[in-house]
Amino acid sequence: MIVAAGTFTAPSIDWFALAPLLVLLVGGLVLLVTASFTPQWPKHLYAYATVALGLAAMVVAFVQWHAITRDGPKLLVGNAVSYDHFSMFGIITICIGLSLSAMVTDDFLRREGMEGPEIYGLYLMAAVGGIVMVMSNDLIVLFLGLETLSISLYVLAASNRRRAESQEAGIKYFVLGGFSSAFFLYGIALIYGGTGSTNFNRILTAFDSVPLQRKDSLVLVGVALLLVGLGFKVSAAPFHFWAPDVYQGSPTPVTAFMASVGKAAAFAALFRVFVVALPNWKDDWRPVVWVLAILTLLVGSISAVVQTNVKRMLAYSSISHAGFILIGLEAAGHSGASTRSGMPSSMMYLMIYSVLVIGTFAVVAVVGRTGDGATDLGSFRGLSRQKPWLATALTVFLLAQAGVPLTSGFIAKFGVIEAAVDEHSYALATIAMVSAVIGAFLYLRILISVWLADAEVGDEKREAMHIPISTGAAILLCVGFTIYVGVNPEWLIQASDRVVLVAVPVVGG
Amino acid sequence: MIVAVSAVLGQAEVATSRFPILSALILVPALGALIVATMSKRRPEWVKLTAVLFSVFVGAISVWMLASFKTGSSDFQMVSKHEWIHTWGISWHLGVDGISLFLVVLTGVLFPLAIIGADPHHDEKPYLAWLLLLEAGVMGSFLSLDLFLFFVFFEIVLVPMYFLIGGWGYDKRIYAATKFFLYTMIGSAFMLVGIIATVFLARGAVGHVTFDLVELATKSNFAASTGRWLFFAFAIAFAVKVPMFPLHTWLPDAHTQAPTAGSVVLAGVMLKLGTYGFLRFGIYLFPQAARNSRAIFLTLAVIGILYGAIAATMQKDLKRLVAYSSIAHLGFIVLGIFALTSQSITGGVLQMINHGVSTGALFLLVGMIYERRHTREISALKGLQKVAPVFAAVFTIVMLSSIGVPGLNGFVGEFLVLIGSFLTARWWTVVAASGVILAALYLLWAYQRVFHGEPDEDNKSFAELHWKEGMVLLPFIAAIVFAGVYPKPMLDRIQPSVKALISHVSDKTGYVDPQPASKTGEAQP
Repeated sequence: MIVAAGTFTAPSIDWFALAPLLVLLVGGLVLLVTASFTPQWPKHLYAYATVALGLAAMVVAFVQWHAITRDGPKLLVGNAVSYDHFSMFGIITICIGLSLSAMVTDDFLRREGMEGPEIYGLYLMAAVGGIVMVMSNDLIVLFLGLETLSISLYVLAASNRRRAESQEAGIKYFVLGGFSSAFFLYGIALIYGGTGSTNFNRILTAFDSVPLQRKDSLVLVGVALLLVGLGFKVSAAPFHFWAPDVYQGSPTPVTAFMASVGKAAAFAALFRVFVVALPNWKDDWRPVVWVLAILTLLVGSISAVVQTNVKRMLAYSSISHAGFILIGLEAAGHSGASTRSGMPSSMMYLMIYSVLVIGTFAVVAVVGRTGDGATDLGSFRGLSRQKPWLATALTVFLLAQAGVPLTSGFIAKFGVIEAAVDEHSYALATIAMVSAVIGAFLYLRILISVWLADAEVGDEKREAMHIPISTGAAILLCVGFTIYVGVNPEWLIQASDRVVLVAVPVVGG
Repeated sequence: MIVAVSAVLGQAEVATSRFPILSALILVPALGALIVATMSKRRPEWVKLTAVLFSVFVGAISVWMLASFKTGSSDFQMVSKHEWIHTWGISWHLGVDGISLFLVVLTGVLFPLAIIGADPHHDEKPYLAWLLLLEAGVMGSFLSLDLFLFFVFFEIVLVPMYFLIGGWGYDKRIYAATKFFLYTMIGSAFMLVGIIATVFLARGAVGHVTFDLVELATKSNFAASTGRWLFFAFAIAFAVKVPMFPLHTWLPDAHTQAPTAGSVVLAGVMLKLGTYGFLRFGIYLFPQAARNSRAIFLTLAVIGILYGAIAATMQKDLKRLVAYSSIAHLGFIVLGIFALTSQSITGGVLQMINHGVSTGALFLLVGMIYERRHTREISALKGLQKVAPVFAAVFTIVMLSSIGVPGLNGFVGEFLVLIGSFLTARWWTVVAASGVILAALYLLWAYQRVFHGEPDEDNKSFAELHWKEGMVLLPFIAAIVFAGVYPKPMLDRIQPSVKALISHVSDKTGYVDPQPASKTGEAQP
């Protein structure tokens, strides 16, 4: 892709195809600029603007989804960006995550006295980065997206200036994230050295055309480094150590954003790289992913058992969910992107999990009360007596995360397990289900506090819990989605089945 | 009772085929749970009334279903089939046959009795909502003819039961509830993988991906080694649920700590999900594997019979004693199932009902004792027969039914199991028969300690059976005596389906069902 400067011609750009990205990018910049030149907007407005942008991008993505169904996928901007169902599915997931997180953040910021446009600007930029990652068809583009997302998330993690924990989370995330980006970048360099390109399709075809005997080790080390870099972003064990600290320390709505948008984008990128660009090396990376998946599942579910802070518990549970999605990657590693396999079920898992995790953290944000500190298990005791409906919503989310039927979480788990079993990965499927049971213990512990234990001594002296309207609406939407998908998942399954048709370059183009 | 009902509703069969009676059995209690959950807490008597009406209504539907059931047919009846998740080949497929028929009726009748007969003491509204949801789940498990649908219901029953034990149980309720949830869930974890593997491995033989039980069972043909793994994946889930030795340790805790209604339902119907699962899914889907591994299950069943009985003898807590007796009784059912003769399986199915009736009644009675004395310690109770003779009489009848005395229901089932099993599993049966004696030992000894002798100060004020309690117990007594004296109507409905199951096994594996009357020598298993 490196072209001598003199002969450089800018690739033609299909602006409409990039519309979701542009909506968020331009919207985010306008929001930041106008907000800095105007006095404090009336309450809710920053959040509503963000939600509106997220919804607008989502609507465009839906329109494009149908356009792709009609006209087929294609590559944009000199084959560096792909315009296909996979992208749109990822974009819709990110937009859902963005809008719901913004709804939760609104009341949170006011409660904490941090009202301002900055957080929303960062959300929008992070979402832009995520979308670039989802759409990327080139490692350099992917890296751009990754950095945009990551840098926004570092700042977001540290955005509560009054809490030392938040600062600590930001620094930890930044230092470790910087390391992982370095790994990733080095991996790109090695892949380029081995295959002569950073474009996914050329990496793919390089397997047949380039005499790889001498360079194969370069590519393999590159693949390993990419896996480390992305494994960090998706918090797969053994690269997960940042997650509990960062999840616990970050402001709760930011944690929700991180666990939904951040994870969805990173996983989508992981699939792009490994299933679209590197399927020819699948016999090399699949066993590694197998081990990573099992480690992630077990580390996530077992370490969660001994935690006492709910945010930390959910961080470990998020690690264990990452293990489930890795199962989808492992399944995709058997047959590649072409057949019905791990990719659709993983994308579906990501969408379902994003909604679940935002719902869960929204409840945690309410229970956390002013200062965002009351997130230990004790603070949840007696919740069912004070706020029965909030407790019910939390119950739905936690049961769904545990994979109880008639919730979306069960459909998600069923999808990846189905993909694994279809590829005869019985051991992986069984270990995953057993780890889900270990994980269920964690959710039960929270539920015991919520429903069965009496409130802590002195709890009545604490500030009363207050469910603000937009957070309440977000929780309601999440509950609705969770149960609706649990009962009627057909449409989502069919939609996600389409993501396997990724864009490929026009022959000769 | 059954005869009378069928006489009254004799000609109703044609009309019922259109009404989705089986779906109603699942959806009505679920709707009831939803309504109860959203009702106002301030009018507890209305909440209770609603719950009772819903459960009685479900009971009425189940009796209606019984009346419109065609005797002598082995097919699935009143089938209702709607596509649910087309992409995955999953449908809402319900049907009832002789094996599930009485379990459904038992569920329908037991729930209202449990709701009326036991008092939760606090937070009545969520308690009733959970019970109704539990009923929907149990009904669904017994009626599903789709593996996915079955799993959904099989798993969903854990949630209400967890909250019932955890919220309304006794001292160690949270420990017991968590243990119950995790044990059962680990079993289902294997089953889920097994279900999906079954579906995909059968794809070649069936021609497409489907979770439909009947289609899979009739068209699939697994290699012996594959079938064995799949069968074990299912069997672990069912063995935990039964529970079979050595996976039984959740049961005494869950039973003892659960509120009375929870224990009644748990023992009455939920344990049968395991034995029913063996019949409906284990043997039906994997006949060859079930035949090959029968020695393991027969041995575990016999161990369960002896172990349950011996452990029951040693218990100091009356409720725990009944819990251990359940392990022994369920051992008989498993023995009957894996002996694989038509008598033994018929006996096993009948025994599922009998155990549900007699143990359900025993738990209600123990609950009543606890209400009066706030203890279940056998050593703290004494001479109750003197102060409450009617109560003692009822207890005696139920206890004798549990022991298996001729003339009461327990005898019929146990006897059928034993003769049937003797044909194919002679030595196991011989050992198992001693369990009958042990049952007499632990129950009579407990009865002697609790009811005989002179009541001391604490027990003098033990109240006699109230007429309301009597009304709750009356159906149990009627069923115990009726099924003991005249089991034919039940056998007539159970047997065709059992025979069909056996002939399915014969078709797939070349197995021959031994007949007790034949003089051709010892049957080959």
